[in-house]
Amino acid sequence: MSKLTDILQSIRPESDFTQSSDFLEDGLLDSFDMVTLVSSLDQAYGISIDGLDIVPDNFKSIAAITALLGKYGATE
Amino acid sequence: MQSNVLEYFETGALVSSPDKTALVDGQSRHTFAELALRAKNIAAAILVRSEAMNRPIAVFLPKCAYTVMANLGILYSANCYANLDIKSPPERLKAILNNLQAELVITSANLAPALYEAGVPAERLLLVEEVDGTMPQWDEASLAARRAQLIDTDPLCIIHTSGSTGMPKGVALHHKSTIDFMDWAFERLGLGGEETIGSLSPFYFDIYTLELWLSLAKGATLVILPEQYAAFPAKLLEYLVQEAVSFIFWVPTIMVNIANQGLLEKIPQPALRKVLFAGEVFPTKPLNYWRRQLPQALFVNLYGPIEITVDCTYFIVDREMADDEKLPIGFPCRNTDVLIIHEDNRPARVNEHGELCIRGSSLALGYWNSPERTAQAFVQNPLHSQYPELVYRTGDLVYRNERGEIMFVGRKDYQIKHQGYRIELGEIEHAALQVRGVRHACVVYDASSKDIVLYFESEEDIAAADLRRQLGQHLPKYMLPTVTERVGQMPRNPNGKIDRLALSAGRHA
Repeated sequence: MSKLTDILQSIRPESDFTQSSDFLEDGLLDSFDMVTLVSSLDQAYGISIDGLDIVPDNFKSIAAITALLGKYGATE
Repeated sequence: MQSNVLEYFETGALVSSPDKTALVDGQSRHTFAELALRAKNIAAAILVRSEAMNRPIAVFLPKCAYTVMANLGILYSANCYANLDIKSPPERLKAILNNLQAELVITSANLAPALYEAGVPAERLLLVEEVDGTMPQWDEASLAARRAQLIDTDPLCIIHTSGSTGMPKGVALHHKSTIDFMDWAFERLGLGGEETIGSLSPFYFDIYTLELWLSLAKGATLVILPEQYAAFPAKLLEYLVQEAVSFIFWVPTIMVNIANQGLLEKIPQPALRKVLFAGEVFPTKPLNYWRRQLPQALFVNLYGPIEITVDCTYFIVDREMADDEKLPIGFPCRNTDVLIIHEDNRPARVNEHGELCIRGSSLALGYWNSPERTAQAFVQNPLHSQYPELVYRTGDLVYRNERGEIMFVGRKDYQIKHQGYRIELGEIEHAALQVRGVRHACVVYDASSKDIVLYFESEEDIAAADLRRQLGQHLPKYMLPTVTERVGQMPRNPNGKIDRLALSAGRHA
């Protein structure tokens, strides 16, 4: 999961994503971050995440994002 | 002639549709009648604490129905409101409150600690829980008598914006300019009570002014769009459908995202009829996407710095525009005159660049408690000296084309628009210089990648995470540099100043 954590960390170097079980609740990611995150994920994994999949449940934790990536056939 | 914005409410929605839903805030809905009642309760609570008039009363609450009630309550008490961002970093909040010297700060118990930390004494706080708990007494006649003492050039609100020297500026707006703008907007844009407004902007920005008075004057329902949905456009659009939103006045960034994700086909918006946007350039290609998806809607580009109340020019997008054609900022709103002043201090000719200056009733009273900065920005009309007449110098470079449309070119200085927020790069530099170890700092904006780049000179290296954390004490999130780079030595001009162009050029080398 280090590729994903790297991406998250580069967007918010001052946040600790490993300690949070809900990034959105804990305010670790905001609306600007989401745009950067989605485009970083698209680029890093060679996928194109559909707008309808950009919903809180898919982005609130490492596990959630990993599952979403899996849906697009992307693995570490 | 109307002299107080409250008359919009007292003769508008309160009379025509008191039992209609005025505000939707999550699960709660409030009618216009309820709004009036609770606002007047707050006014009475204010009057118990202070008899002063024309004083700023700050509101330190999230974007919620209560903030609207507090704003109205403050106006009923014959004072002016200053809505503050509860996510303000502590140093910034302290600086704002220090400058404001607010008579009172309306807040809730859980937010009080941040205010104590910012130096506000307990006796200046008016807690929401207090007002609701005591149900203060008031009478219609004495409240009306109070506000009858105000005149239309008295302040109605103070809106804060970025300051280049590190200190945010509080722009004081008055009743007259707001009434002039709103009356124009109602008529020119055909806005009425049938609208359902989907409000996305924070209440401490100027878009709120138009949303609020459209609601209160005409009886339009104001729906507070859940903040967390701003990050998730699909959820946002679903919510718009759920509430049958017909009117939006948004910053283009999120609209561009929606266009890029092709979401309007997936979540159609049959109710949406009025799409207003302002705050930054809306690239024509994604705008055309919106126009194709919503052929029934009116699209309006609005332009104007906060110093002219809400907006001063407008462009109704009613003709074919090529994807690479720049959108005009258009024509002056009524009772506003736009001067395009060439650097030779004369009116610019057609197609000639000049600085956009504005004269007319829309001008703000000035920056709160800052006579020097006010005098720098609001100056005598350079085209005559017959009588004192102020113009506001926007710092924006524009030109008029052959069609008479005003076209935006760029900035004269180091102010940028990032995600729709107005940011003085100087404010970020000032904060960077407060970081231990930083000797010199220069911030440039890379518009192509939308990066705020901080270059700094320091004894030892400072990790990006540490920098951002420390800067976060002074700067809101949207102002934090997205890229930081330590340089051995800042490139300098022959006159000794930091060479920004060299730094910017270095990015693309």
